[in-house]
Amino acid sequence: MSISSQSDLVSAEISPHEFSQLWRASRRESLGRAWYKFSRNPLSLIGAGTVLFVIILAVFAPYIAPYPEHVKPFTDFANASNPPSSSHWFGTDEIGRDILSRIIFGYRFSLTMGLVVLSIVVPVGVFLGLVAGYFQHTWFDTIIMRITDIFLAVPPLILALSVASILERNLLNSMLAVCLTWWPWYTRLVYGITTGLRNEFFVTSAEITGASKFHILFREILPNCISPVFTKMSLDMGWVIIIGASLSFVGLGVQPPNPDLGTMVAAGRRYLPDEWWMSVFPALAIVLVVLGFNLFGDGLRDLFAAENS
Amino acid sequence: MVNKAPLLEIKNLRVHYKVYGGVLKVLDGVNLTVYPGEKVGLVGETGCGKTTTMKTALAILPVPPGVVVGGEILYKGRNLLAMSPRQLSNVRGREMTMIFQDPMAALNPVFNVEQQFTPVLKHAAKNHLSNKEIHAQAVLALQDVALADPERLLQAYPIQLSGGMRQRVCIGMALATRPQLLIADEPGTALDVTIQAQVLRLLNNLVDRLNTSIILITHSLGVVYETVDRLYVMYAGNIVEVAPTRKLFSNPLHPYSQGLMDAVPKLSGGGISQGISGRIPDYSHPPAGCRFHTRCSHVMEICRHQKPPEFEVEEGHKVACYLYGPKNQEAAV
Amino acid sequence: MSEAILEVRDLKKHFVVDHIGTFRRQPVTVRAVDGISFDLQAGETLGLVGESGSGKSTIAYILAGMYRPTQGRIHFRGLDLFSENGKRPLFLKKEIQIVFQDPGSSLNPRRTIAQNLAVPLQIHKPDKNIMRETLRLLELVDLPAIYMYKYPNMLSGGEKQIVAIARALATDPSFMILDEPTSALDVSVQGKVINLLMRLQSDLDLTYLFITHDLSLMRNIATRVAIMYLGKICEISKGSEFFQNPQHPYTQMLLSSIPVVSKDEEKLKPAKMIPTGEIPSPVNIPPGCSFNTRCPKKMDVCFEIDPDFVEISRQHFARCHLFGQTQKQG
Ligand SMILES: Nc1ncnc2c1ncn2[C@@H]1O[C@H](COP(=O)(O)OP(=O)(O)O)[C@@H](O)[C@H]1O
Ligand SMILES: Nc1ncnc2c1ncn2[C@@H]1O[C@H](COP(=O)(O)OP(=O)(O)O)[C@@H](O)[C@H]1O
Ligand code: SF4
Ligand SMILES: [Mg+2]
Ligand SMILES: [Mg+2]
Repeated sequence: MSISSQSDLVSAEISPHEFSQLWRASRRESLGRAWYKFSRNPLSLIGAGTVLFVIILAVFAPYIAPYPEHVKPFTDFANASNPPSSSHWFGTDEIGRDILSRIIFGYRFSLTMGLVVLSIVVPVGVFLGLVAGYFQHTWFDTIIMRITDIFLAVPPLILALSVASILERNLLNSMLAVCLTWWPWYTRLVYGITTGLRNEFFVTSAEITGASKFHILFREILPNCISPVFTKMSLDMGWVIIIGASLSFVGLGVQPPNPDLGTMVAAGRRYLPDEWWMSVFPALAIVLVVLGFNLFGDGLRDLFAAENS
Repeated sequence: MVNKAPLLEIKNLRVHYKVYGGVLKVLDGVNLTVYPGEKVGLVGETGCGKTTTMKTALAILPVPPGVVVGGEILYKGRNLLAMSPRQLSNVRGREMTMIFQDPMAALNPVFNVEQQFTPVLKHAAKNHLSNKEIHAQAVLALQDVALADPERLLQAYPIQLSGGMRQRVCIGMALATRPQLLIADEPGTALDVTIQAQVLRLLNNLVDRLNTSIILITHSLGVVYETVDRLYVMYAGNIVEVAPTRKLFSNPLHPYSQGLMDAVPKLSGGGISQGISGRIPDYSHPPAGCRFHTRCSHVMEICRHQKPPEFEVEEGHKVACYLYGPKNQEAAV
Repeated sequence: MSEAILEVRDLKKHFVVDHIGTFRRQPVTVRAVDGISFDLQAGETLGLVGESGSGKSTIAYILAGMYRPTQGRIHFRGLDLFSENGKRPLFLKKEIQIVFQDPGSSLNPRRTIAQNLAVPLQIHKPDKNIMRETLRLLELVDLPAIYMYKYPNMLSGGEKQIVAIARALATDPSFMILDEPTSALDVSVQGKVINLLMRLQSDLDLTYLFITHDLSLMRNIATRVAIMYLGKICEISKGSEFFQNPQHPYTQMLLSSIPVVSKDEEKLKPAKMIPTGEIPSPVNIPPGCSFNTRCPKKMDVCFEIDPDFVEISRQHFARCHLFGQTQKQG
């Protein structure tokens, strides 16, 4: 749009109401464009669909699962170890519980795990990264970044396993263990972005007009971190779920009889290969959700990359 | 010069880029001719398609996203676009070489200057070169570009050189093979004025001495004023005007050329003009008719619908604008 | 026109970039600005010209308050800009504003133009209606009001720079530092930005420190011109005089390097001065006159003694042994 051809529009006559309408229209337009770009990649769409599907399963588990009572203490030895059939699509386990129902409820634990972990880890990690990055070369930066280096040097699964093993075995503690291993990734990510942005002229300009540190960190720099952080969150959901499942798999996470995908794989493993459905379906369920979040995250990343170019 | 056969002839070249969410219709029928020994300039705002033209001419257009939709590029009468990779490599790097805006990007940081020369010279001599000969030729090339102490310089790495020296090394490399055509894409833009002046003067003298043809691409009119014989003005993927350089500067005809010339601040004073309002169009939906009509102050009805053909106003002075069409000629002047 | 609003005296800024030596670590310093003095009169445009790396931006950043000088004093309307206790008071931040070179990084890409403009408004005009002020600013720089809700990536480079100018104006400053405001723009767009700046200067009584490497541009806008080389000013004089009667060898070299587009301009170029050499690294500034590595008129004394800044005619100063008394000592 040319500068001069529009100057007849310059007038304060337009009311604030009209402005907010214009703004909403432009917002709608950019959201529309974003969706258009996102939807051009079939894999991102599949990812988004899978994620949505799993979320619906988890939220409406009691209405969707064919045998909701099978997630409580329940035994039905008459129907134990049945292979997949029309009444039990994914078969039953060694004490007669419907595997499909338990998977659907299992997603509740997986997603809760992911959500709780990320909602603790992201704010903490982002905050530390912002502050350390903005106050680069100060003692705060040194301490925080050394600590993250130490954490990042240890593989997350091993760290989570060792932390979880010294605590009491329950869902809460396994979440705590994963949280401890996960925040440094966000600190690192945001630290990198912040150290790049603190020398950008828009930050400098705010500084020299007298803006507060709070304004600079949270109004100027933070908005620029949101896209990469969201992308990483989506990619991480899958990984957190895998780590949570792994903890349950070795008996450190969700305790029976609660249905967790990792626990189910672990329990079913003993009946391989004859009664394969007991471990294979829960394992596939894990793959599905992890893949879904990863594809979705990749889609988001491409979208943000296209937006910035 | 006109009676000789052209060295390079770009005919009605059309190049698009296929990108996420659309097709950028960048080059819209570019015509450009270079005669042997001639110095030709190509100017236009950033984004008007100069680099795309040059890359296509050298067959180094990235495909995808680039697509050549039409036209031909005749080098000594043979169509480069139809050549096999082998035939192409006989031309490119031997008879036709290039210099880029950013000399750092053209040099590989992990090799020293001599190692940078080696593949270039070997390629040009079809590998029949001993290391000694390479060394000798490289020394000569560095002497050509007035670099002192070439022996020591050949052992230096790109980061050890200043910007001006790097660009000289690139020029030396491009001319070491004694090509017939050199395409220089903004060779001085990344440099300071005093160094740009030196680099351009050097390039100019060397090209004269070796009788190499050159296409000098730039967005700065001052750079071409003192260097080239003939000047092409490009706007949004079209050549809008071509004339001998001095004539174009003294009598620009296309409203875009006039705007550009007017916008250059003059050392002799006289204030700064408003420039050209608006900006280069969005290539996914370029304006119909004359692509410049959205920014033109002389726009007429026909400009909005029909692409103007080239009108030859004088011998060698062509302009693609209806103001100079047969009907308008008397009225406009 | 006579009141000096800014006085810079013997300003130095050295950056420690590295340390050498194994045991006794010696700092490696870049002498980015190395002893600069000048005055700025209210309402004038002082042009600061020099090759890249000569220290122009460093001066701009010191004046804007991004760095503390290593040495020297700066007074703005009689007030010390860098008093002992450090922080620059808010009313001085209001008076001195800067427009940066790179329009791409001047605006926050994640915030709308209105939000970008609101930053200085909220700080300096907390009791005003931000919306009305934003509209006033856009009107001031001739941008359509609907630009409020655009994001920077929807704007062209020239428009971004105009928004950056509007933001600088938000605090109603009296002094603006323009650090190569158009060097990232095409000439076809430059005119619009420059004309806007000139109009704003006369409408709002602004004083400009205009930094550029483009002497032709400077010719058309500056009341006075200062040429910088390796952290020092080598020549300073009234604009018109400067171009008709350049004195310092470096100035002549710069002028003769300018690519021009007409015969009139060719006549203004000192023909005998052929540009040679490159600017040395500011880590190793040559002893004596720092220009001695490239100067075609160098003498023996130039390698030993740094020339003084002398007034060679009224209001025309130069730093060169060709002028002034130091010549005798050689
Ligand atoms: N690799 C590419 N992918 C997509 N679009 C491109 C690419 N290269 C150039 N373009 C588009 O082509 C247009 C012309 O670019 P270019 O030839 O580099 O212009 P110039 O060299 O005149 O500045 C630009 O607007 C740009 O958007
Ligand atoms: N923050 C800094 N740290 C170290 N060196 C710097 C810094 N800022 C500038 N310099 C150096 O100071 C010199 C002058 O730089 P600058 O003021 O940006 O020059 P100009 O704006 O004239 O191009 C350059 O050599 C540059 O490398
Ligand atoms: S003092 Fe000497 S070296 Fe420096 S500019 Fe003058 S003549 Fe040249
Ligand atoms: Mg280009
Ligand atoms: Mg600078």
